[in-house]
Amino acid sequence: MEPFIKHNGAVLPLNRVNVDTDQIIPKQFLKRIERTGFGQFLFNDWRFLEDGSPNPDFILNKPGYENASILVGGRNFGCGSSREHAPWALLDYGFKCVIAPSFADIFFNNCFQNGVLPVVLPEETVNQILEKAEANPGYQLHIDLDGQRVWDEDEEIVSGFEIESFRRYLLLNGLDDIGLTLERDDEIATFEANRSTHGGVLTGD
Amino acid sequence: MAPKTMFEKMWDSHIVHEEEGQPTVLYVDLHLVHEVTSPQAFDGLRMNNRKVRRPELTVATADHNTPTWELTKPIIDPIAKAQLDALDKNCDEFGVTLYDRFSPLQGIVHVIGPEQGYTQPGKIIVCGDSHTSTHGAFGAFAMGIGTSEVEHVLATQTIRQFKPKTMEIRIDGTLGKGVTAKDVILAIIGKIGIGGATGHAIEYTGEVMRNMSMEGRMTVCNMSIEGGARAGMVAPDDTTFEYMRGRAQVPQGDEFDAAVEQWRNLATDEGATYDTVVTIDGSSLEPHLTWGTNPGMEGPISGKVPNPASYEDAGDRESIGRALEYMGLEPDTLMTDIKLDRVFIGSCTNSRIDDLRAAANIAKGKKVSDSVYAMVVPGSAAIKKQAEEEGLDKIFTEAGFDWRIAGCSMCLGMNPDILSPGERCASTSNRNFEGRQGKGGRTHLVSPEMAAAAAIAGHFVDVRDW
Ligand code: SF4
Repeated sequence: MEPFIKHNGAVLPLNRVNVDTDQIIPKQFLKRIERTGFGQFLFNDWRFLEDGSPNPDFILNKPGYENASILVGGRNFGCGSSREHAPWALLDYGFKCVIAPSFADIFFNNCFQNGVLPVVLPEETVNQILEKAEANPGYQLHIDLDGQRVWDEDEEIVSGFEIESFRRYLLLNGLDDIGLTLERDDEIATFEANRSTHGGVLTGD
Repeated sequence: MAPKTMFEKMWDSHIVHEEEGQPTVLYVDLHLVHEVTSPQAFDGLRMNNRKVRRPELTVATADHNTPTWELTKPIIDPIAKAQLDALDKNCDEFGVTLYDRFSPLQGIVHVIGPEQGYTQPGKIIVCGDSHTSTHGAFGAFAMGIGTSEVEHVLATQTIRQFKPKTMEIRIDGTLGKGVTAKDVILAIIGKIGIGGATGHAIEYTGEVMRNMSMEGRMTVCNMSIEGGARAGMVAPDDTTFEYMRGRAQVPQGDEFDAAVEQWRNLATDEGATYDTVVTIDGSSLEPHLTWGTNPGMEGPISGKVPNPASYEDAGDRESIGRALEYMGLEPDTLMTDIKLDRVFIGSCTNSRIDDLRAAANIAKGKKVSDSVYAMVVPGSAAIKKQAEEEGLDKIFTEAGFDWRIAGCSMCLGMNPDILSPGERCASTSNRNFEGRQGKGGRTHLVSPEMAAAAAIAGHFVDVRDW
């Protein structure tokens, strides 16, 4: 996994609440058995018209947003299906960071697993960013994970953000957590040994 | 010892490693696997030269892509076939039990887990599928995970989790005639909103839950995720134990009775508190249905489609307006005036034998409306068989329903069962997102009773008057 330390990129303002993972990557594209190649299907049903041509009304197709790498959306972003294909599609398309006032749990977690940084900012700040990015295609943000800070060129937007230190550590170092857990192999084995004395019945004591 | 909630008991008893500021490493008792979210995880294992730590605690099934009409025909879609083949190969290579599409026990992963008795109280159960919350109906801590986590569980038999908060949803009173578990959970999501339980593990309590069948409890827990919850659960009781007794994977005879005594201790202790409490008066509920493009956009059958103009919040006006446009509905339309093209009875929410009996009871001796194409897809091969032994298939086919082979089918339309653009469907599944059942398709979520009645009438009707 690529480490995430700092990022500077253009914003895609997706001014909708409850963007669900069925929209991020519709189910007809879940049949690949690789992790790559999903970017072409990102937001497929919003992005393309019936005849397969780009929908000119969808923000991603508007001039000036083609190279966006920071997606800014409304509250409860990523709700619905657990499909990790959603962050795969975002990453494959070129998004490194998603900013929203709140995220659905599984999507939030899946982002970290793939080196995509989800940032929670206050709704007011998100709305300001959305306005600025809608008015000004190519509008850029800077994100510093180490310093936990987001800002724009003219420093009208400057905001800190919270992130669990463990997740920050994994992202900064591009680590996956399987290796870390496997270092606890002894503890897992001890747990298993104790567990088997319960005769397999789980009592909750 | 301080009193604990059921969730806290399960959490505490599964801690392998705990450290301030880090997600806790929890032991996983049962890992369910299906073809869509697992190929990349097995690939990851191979790339890193890792094994499946406990193949005997891992069970796989092919459900999402499985055709539901003719199993012997080759699968036409080459990519779907690649995914099913990958599952075969991965299970074989890593020693995982697989119920493939030809197995007599095949079915939707969240249906066969409980059916075979893999799902048991006190277990931590995970699956790369958000509706894993279904298994919480047995008093398990069951949650959906992403593919990277599937790989983590395969390799370590553990999962890293930040501890969720707890939420009690208490449903008091008694449900009226024609009001089902589906209506309870739709009403709950309507009340708390689709992000209302984010970061929480829900425990459903109250008289309505105590009196509810296991099938009903599974329906309620299944849709916990539609309220954003990490998991949903119900304390195990005699209803749970009677349902489990004798199933293939549960302890048998005296061992079962001994297990039951242990499982009784799981219930939340007197005096334990939850972070949030929500109460619902079950006696006042009516049949519910969704009118919009997420499960929280719902209302009672006696009501009307909302009018965006009457909402103060600009965001609400915008999202309701957009939903109605997608759904092709005029504001203030009576729910009972909404006409249908398709009816789908199935999915891990409502495809169990109780659901099929309830729907058959409505359909018996009637005919599906000329303007409607209706299908019934049992949740598992075993349910299909049982339904056929009870003659339910005859009732359905005589009424004009299509009777299918078990699978996810039109719940998400990964196999060829899909809606055409603009088609309107009454569905017993769990998601009505844009395009969920086919691009441009319009989904209304309802109970099996409501779906069967709508199929016959050609539009929604209040089953209480049926
Ligand atoms: S029936 Fe639908 S919700 Fe359930 S597992 Fe299958 S696709 Fe997912």
